[in-house]
Formats: sequence, C-alpha cells, structure tokens
Amino acid sequence: MSNIIIWTIAVITVLGLLLALVLYLVAQKFKVEEDPRIDEVEKAMPGANCGGCGFAGCRAFAEAAVKASNLDNNYCPVGGNDTMAKVAAILGIEVKAKAPMVAVVRCNGSCAVRPKVNEWGGTESCAVKAQLYAGDTGCSFGCLGCGDCVKACQFGALSMDPETGLPVVDQSKCTACGACVKACPKAVIELRPAGPRGMRVYVSCLNRDKGPVAKKACASACIGCGICAKTCTHDAIVVEGNIAYIDASKCKLCRECEAMCPTGAIHGVNFPKALDKDAIKERIKARQQKAKEAANE
Amino acid sequence: MSKNTFSIGGVHPHDSKISRGCPICPLPLAPTVYISVAQHIGAPSVPCVAVGDKVKVGQVIAEPGGFVSAFIHSSVSGTVKSIGPRPDLAGRPVTHIEIAVEGDEWAEGIDTSDTLVTEIPSDNKAIVEKIRQGGVVGLGGATFPTHVKLSPPPGSKCERVIINGCECEPYLTSDFRTLLEKGEQVVIGAAILSQVMGNVPCTIAIEENKPKAIAHIREVIGKLGYEGIEVMVMKMRYPQGGEKQLIDAVMHRQVGSGALPISVGAVVQNVATALAVYDAVQKNKPIVDNSVTVTGECFPNQANLMVRVGTPLRYILDYLGGIPSDAVKVISGGPMMGRAVANLDAATVKGTGALLLLTEAQTRRGVESECIRCGRCADACPMGLEPFLLQKLSRNADVEALEANAAHDCIECGCCLYSCPANIPLLDWVRMGKGLAMGAIRARAAAAKAAAEAAKK
Amino acid sequence: MTMDKLLVSPNPHIHAPVSTKSLMRDVIIALIPAVICSFVFYGWREILVMAVSVASCVLLEWAITKYMLRKPSTIGDLSAVITGILLALNLPYTTPWWVVMIGAVVAIGVAKMTFGGIGQNIWNPALVGRVFLLVSFPTYMTTWGAPQGVVDAVSGPTPLGAIQEGLMQGASVQELTSAFNYKDLLFANLGGSAGEACALALLAGFVYLCCRKVIKPWITLSIFATVALVSLAFWAADPTRFTDPLFNLLTGGLVLGACFMATDYVTSPMTLWGGVIFGVGIGFLTMMIRYFGSYPEGVSFAILIMNSVVPLLNMWFHQKKFGRK
Repeated sequence: MSNIIIWTIAVITVLGLLLALVLYLVAQKFKVEEDPRIDEVEKAMPGANCGGCGFAGCRAFAEAAVKASNLDNNYCPVGGNDTMAKVAAILGIEVKAKAPMVAVVRCNGSCAVRPKVNEWGGTESCAVKAQLYAGDTGCSFGCLGCGDCVKACQFGALSMDPETGLPVVDQSKCTACGACVKACPKAVIELRPAGPRGMRVYVSCLNRDKGPVAKKACASACIGCGICAKTCTHDAIVVEGNIAYIDASKCKLCRECEAMCPTGAIHGVNFPKALDKDAIKERIKARQQKAKEAANE
Repeated sequence: MSKNTFSIGGVHPHDSKISRGCPICPLPLAPTVYISVAQHIGAPSVPCVAVGDKVKVGQVIAEPGGFVSAFIHSSVSGTVKSIGPRPDLAGRPVTHIEIAVEGDEWAEGIDTSDTLVTEIPSDNKAIVEKIRQGGVVGLGGATFPTHVKLSPPPGSKCERVIINGCECEPYLTSDFRTLLEKGEQVVIGAAILSQVMGNVPCTIAIEENKPKAIAHIREVIGKLGYEGIEVMVMKMRYPQGGEKQLIDAVMHRQVGSGALPISVGAVVQNVATALAVYDAVQKNKPIVDNSVTVTGECFPNQANLMVRVGTPLRYILDYLGGIPSDAVKVISGGPMMGRAVANLDAATVKGTGALLLLTEAQTRRGVESECIRCGRCADACPMGLEPFLLQKLSRNADVEALEANAAHDCIECGCCLYSCPANIPLLDWVRMGKGLAMGAIRARAAAAKAAAEAAKK
Repeated sequence: MTMDKLLVSPNPHIHAPVSTKSLMRDVIIALIPAVICSFVFYGWREILVMAVSVASCVLLEWAITKYMLRKPSTIGDLSAVITGILLALNLPYTTPWWVVMIGAVVAIGVAKMTFGGIGQNIWNPALVGRVFLLVSFPTYMTTWGAPQGVVDAVSGPTPLGAIQEGLMQGASVQELTSAFNYKDLLFANLGGSAGEACALALLAGFVYLCCRKVIKPWITLSIFATVALVSLAFWAADPTRFTDPLFNLLTGGLVLGACFMATDYVTSPMTLWGGVIFGVGIGFLTMMIRYFGSYPEGVSFAILIMNSVVPLLNMWFHQKKFGRK
C-alpha cells in the first residue's frame, strides 16, 4: 500500500521536473530580445487600449515611444500629462505639457428647435444613415441622433439625451481619446481644449446653408450673420462658408459673442455665473459708443 | 420557351406589375422645373447658361465636367430663374438650374415628328458623338454615360450587345410599355448600338412575364428585317436585369470582380437607353424626358407617364390625385433597389424610372432578431457572397476580412435582406463593408500608382 | 397630401413572407404526422411525455429570458416548442414525468440559453437533453415498454439493442434480424423512443420541409447515403457480424435524427458542401458507434460530435463566388 503511494509521488515528481525542464528549454529557445523599457512604459499607461494615441493599443504606443527620439508625436490623451511625465521619466527625455482636451458636440439642434421632416426606418446607425441621405431633419449637417459616438466611447462619457436627441459629454469621464470624433460621420464632435476649470465657449452648429435655409431647418442654427466676429475684440472668431468658428487659443472667455448670437448657436459652459445678456450688451454698446466718439474726434 | 437565367442565387418576389395596362401618356408641363447638374455617374456637369437667359427645349444648359460626364439639356422652354444648391431626393444639396416654363418651344434641328427613321448613318464616330451630344446616359438605374460605354478601352473587343428589357424589379412597367409602344425605335436603337460596336450580334433580353412585349419585338425585328438581332426569353427571377447577372444568363460568361462587362465581350444597355440612342441619332433629340411608372397598390391612379426631366416629384403625384393617406413611403425606382424619397420637392432626373408608393404593412421593416444561421441570405445572393458573415465583419470594421470575403463584389440588389427571416439589416451593413473594402482597394491602387510614378522619376 | 412624414430606409423596401416564426411553424407542421403516430402507438403516456416536455421547454425559456437575461421573450418564435417535441420524440414513452423535466432543463437551460438563446447554441438542444438523460438515467432510458396504443404492435426491446445483446451471446446477425421484418420498421416500430415509431411519418415531414424550401435535402441525403454505403461494405464483408444497410437505415432513430435533428439551422453548416461533409461525418460516426461502440445506436452522439465541427466547416466551405475561381 505505502509502496504505491511512494511510487505515485516519485513518478509525479520526476514527471513534473522533466516537464519543467522542457518548458524552460522551449522558453529559452524562443526567447524574444526586447527593450525592457517597453514593459515599463506599458505599465505606466492607462491600459485602456483605446487607440486614442493613434497606435494599436498601449503596447504599440510603448514600442513607438521607446524608439522615438522625442515625444512630440506620441501623446496619450487618456493618461494626459501625468502619464506622459512618467513615460518621459522612464525614457529619460523631456516632454511638454499639453492642454487637456475634451469632446464637444457641435450641434444644438434638439428635437424642439429642429423638427423632423421624415422618419428613419433603417438600422439605428449614424454611419448607415449618413450613407443614404441627409438625415431626418431639414439640416444636412447636424447630428443624426443614432448614437454611433455613444457606442464608440469606451469610457462611458457619452450618452444620448432622450429629450434633445443629442449626445451629451460627461466631462469628468471624457479622456479625449477621439474615438467619437472618428465614429461621427458628420464630424459633429470636435476635441477642444477643456479650458480653465472647464470653461469654454464654442459654436454649437455646423450648418453651412445660407441663413434663411439654415434657420428654416433649425431655429438655433448658426446663420453665418457674422455678428459674433464683429463683436469679438480678440480676433478669435472667423465666419467662413456661412458658419462661425471660435479659435480656442485666442478666446478670452468674455462671452460677448454668446450674448450677441441671435440664434443661441454659441454655447459657453462651466461658467460659475449664468450669462447676463443685457449687462454684456450694455457693455458692448458703451464700448462701441466710445469707439465711435474716438473716431469722430 | 427556353428559360435563360443567371447561375447563382436570386429571389422570386411577386411581380406586382399592376400598371402594365396603362399606356405611356405625357404629363402636362410643371410651372417650374429644377434640372440637376449631377444626373449621371461621373463628374457633375458645368452650367453654361446664366440667370435670366431664355432657353428652348433641347438646348444645352450644362456641359460635361470631364470625360465621364454628360451634356444636360433644358427639358422645357422658358427663363432660367436661378442656379444654385437645392436638396435632391436624399435631402443633400446639389446644384440645380431652375427654369420657369413659358410655352413649349423646341430648339432648332430636333425632329419632333413621329416618323420612323430606319436609315442608320454609316459613320460610327459621328453616331457616338451624337449620342454624347444628346446627353444619353444608362437609364437602367446606374446612369453611366453611354458614349463612355461605347468607347471600349483599346485591346478589348465587343462580341455582343445586350439590350436589357428584363425589368426584373416588381411594380415597374415603363420598359414594358416602351417595348410595346416604341418597339420599332428600340429595335433601331439596338441596331445602331450593335453597328457602333462593330456589327456584333445583339440580344434583346425580356423576362417571360412580358409575353406581349416578346411577341411584339419579335414581330418588329421581322418587319424591319434585322438579322443580327434576336429576342431571348428570360426566366422571371430577380435580379435578372443586373448587368453581371444578365451577361451570365445570355452569354454564360461571368464578369470578374472589379472588371467591366467589356472584359468578357459584352455591352449592356437598357431598353430606355436604346430608345434614347434612337432619338439622339435619328431624330437629333436629346434626353429631355423619360417614362416614369407611378404605382403602388395603395395608389389608385397608377400610370406610366412621359415626364420632362426636372419635374418636381410632388407635382407628378399631385397630378395623379395626391398621396393616399395609407402610403408611408415614396420610392424612386423599384422596391428592391429603389431609393426612398426623403424630400418630395426634389425633381426627377434622367434616371428616374418609377415612383412607387408603399403602405406601412408593405414596407415597414420587422423587428430584428437573432440570426438563426439558416443561410437563406447566402442562398439568395446572386454574387455568391455570405451576407451573414459580411454584416458581422462590417459591424466590426474588419477591412481585411471584408476584402478577403469579397464585400466589394456586392451589387446591393437587396436579395439578402429581402429573404432574411430574422429581419437583420444585412444590406445596410454589407454596403458599409463594401465601402470599407473599396476604400482599402482604392487606397492601395493610389499608393501603387504614386510609387510607380516616383520610380519613373 | 395627407402624409406628413415620409418613411426613409435603405433598399430593399419589401420583404419575403418569411420569418423565424413561420419557418419554425413549418417544422412543427412537418412533425405532426410523427407526433400523431407516436400517440397512436404508445397511447396516453406518450401524450403525457409530450405535454410535459413541450410545456417545460417553453416555460423555462420564458422564465430565463424574463428573469435571468432580462430581454424580450423569444418563445414567440416557436423554437422552444420544437425542442420540446423533439425531446419527447427522443424518449421512451415510459419515461417518468420528472425525468422528462430534467431533460427539458438541460436542453433549454444548459444547451440553449447558456449560449445566449436561439441562434447561439453549438449543439442541438433536444439532443443534449436526450444524451444527458441517457447517461444519467440509463435504466429509464433503455426500458422500452411494449406499445400500448390503439394499434396492436409487436412488443420487445429495441432492434439494435436486441442485436447487440444477441451478438454478445454469440448469435449471428442473420438469426437476430430474422426476428424483425422491414414492414414493421417502416410503419410501426417494435419498441424504442417515440420518434422511432414510424419512419414513414417522419419521411413525410421531411418531404414537406423540402417542398416548402424550409430545409435543403443535402444533409439528410448524405447521412442516408453514408450509412447505406458504410453498412453495405461491412455487411458484404461479413454478414454474420454486421447488420445490413436497410436495417441500419430504418432503426435507432436514424430517420428522426437525419430529417429533424441534423438539419437544425443553428447547429448545421450554412453552405452546400459544408452540409454534405457534415452529413457524411454523421453517417460514418453513427455506423462506427453502432458496429464498434458500446452503445447500440449512435445517431445522437454522431450529430453532437459533428455539431462541434460546424464552425470549422463554415470557415472552410464557402459559397462559390460570382466571377471568381
């Protein structure tokens, strides 16, 4: 009886050792020489494998970063500056801090202001819809409302607002990986600098139709009237092809354009105070008056 | 009756040709027409009239914007009101020339009489030029400029001209009526085409559900005494009139992936195109109108109308009594491949062959459920593809696998979704996948071309 | 103009009059002759088995979709009803009701819903249920009681079981098969699971399905052909040890398996040649198990084994593409 037990133990032990040896030899034979820093960099990454950096996952980013001489073209939007500082430390090179970005929806054509003119009966997919036609509203530039961006977001930062039919970005979750930007067939979503304490002003419309046509399709469309550009004292707004665009690097967050926009297409978010339109209009009026007087003299 | 048909797949929808008894009659002129400059495959045409100009019927108002492009003629006489973007039937802005109709005065040199001109000019080059000047494009649906098709690349030889009279889509009857009413013109048009391609034999393919047209065309061929032209009776099966399927059925040759019909020695033209060729060559008449079937079980005043190009869809439907209350969808074309109209203010184009009205019960898609792997989509696919697989790959945007599984061969005939018991939107996704695969192939070709050019330098 | 909003969707704009439900309904219609035969031959106890089986399958699927998966119920597509009928036809009519219920739990709960429900399962649910019962309750599953129905049928053990036992005791096949006549096998079996009762009823259902174009005959025909060829080869070599082709075709649930179980959409290959290979595999494995295995009949095992290979067959065998070599 005890004999059997001893034999069993002996056979299993010898078998185990033999197999371990085989495994070791195979591992040695097929060993791949690799820069150990790749592993280190990969460990410092967020590990979401989202592809927001332009590489096929965090490992691919690490491989590229180790090979690169500087990190100007290798930036992890998800980890942000903290992660990049860690990566730079591992690689022993310097990295410039970048302004944090956030996804911004450039369409405010909610169900209330942008009536549906036909009914979509195909697959609930913006890509499929965009391929077939201009969309179920009179605006052929705005959000199609099927939520391809929501499906593309790995971080749960996007959701469809059932009331407006538009996607909403949860800034605290958005990592600016850019997946939604790629998913949107209408290029409605843009990555913009998040701004100080999240404050930013942007044009929430892409309608390039002429004013009356745009206005007919959507009450809050940008009609390309150019009042914002005339108002702006920082030269931050350009109107081109019937659409205004605010250059975030020049914008001083004065919110004058927002107050002056006749359709409400310009949005300012995360400001501590609500927009006081009348006060701003007064201010602009006074300034223009002054300028006129100065010119007359 | 022999039954000729293509070799793979296909479906058999009910033919529903309820308007087959309605003769083609002219639609009264609309007060204003909107003529699109992008009515054909290829570069959009360039307007050559200005706002305020007086134009006559048949006068050129836009010139080709490239080799693969076409002349566009005014379909009415009147004054050019505006030139600018206007939503097409998909709601997308396209440049249109707006013309306010005044009278019906035709440009000089156009023979508007009914006299049949049987004498075919002998100069082939002049014929092709006349076809080009007449703005003739393929009226079977693809609207590919005809003169391009008639100028095969050097080294390729046409062995047979096929006139496509299958009209395999349910509901459509305009080609059938054209064969019945303008049979002589179609046959002469066919004779012109076969002469241009080098006196090759010509087959007029007609589906078996049009016995009257078959008998009539046979009689006409006998009367006119053309020996090289024959009628071939095709089995009733969709998509019999698909270009590749028709060549397979008539000549038993399969056009390879990405290849043109001329690679197997075939040139296919639609019945309406043959008529347009006759008009352009024998009567100097460019395409200014085309026959449109307006039909649907819910639509009481079914008709086959001769409609001037650029007529607003709403005008046509109002003329016939308006849209019935139970209709929910208006389709430009047939129910299998036609495009749903998003904008009734859009105007007809050369390729508009039908307006079909369907009810909720007829056209609303069922709720999508799980794939039960029955394989019906693969059985139905006339290109031998596997839609169940392609749709999955397309959802995952797996471009490599899409290309390996020939997503770019899809002809978008709709057989897969038509036959899917689980209502999976197969074609929606396969079409996406086709786009992805085509994009990859094009990008590769462009890269190869650039590399070759770089090597030359 | 009364319509305010046009409906817009990509082509095609019409749909064939076919749905998952209509296909499943056709399968049920095709099974009706076999079900009626089983009632006639085996009487009220078979009705009980059938009722318990169908009811448990449908109820279980409803409960699982509602309370566990929390998604819309799929019982409306009738596939659970088919699983119930097939399971009942695969059991002896003497099976106690609680054993039938366990079979239904395994069929629907384990083999179907665990994988995500209709369209997702790898193995035929009814067969998994049956095989589970076969290995768990061999006594119940191999006690084939004599028919008790209105028709005065011959009673006895299953033909294949009897022959295997007989062979072990040293008898020759000829002596053993002489006890059965083929007319009985075609019209009314001698003992066995309910679905083996009448091969003719099953074949009628198969022909119906083929005519309605619900299934294509290739899988079934290739199974029959392979079984016939393999058994012909062995039988010709040694008729004392191996049973003859006709006997093999008509016994042991081969007809039921080939017509209704192997042709299940979800668990069979989607292309023609994949289907043929699938059928040949089932036929060959069945005969190997019958001649050399310890179970008297092997259709269930053969189908389940080939079910596992289906993904590979789908990957290897593609449609012939238009204009490509």
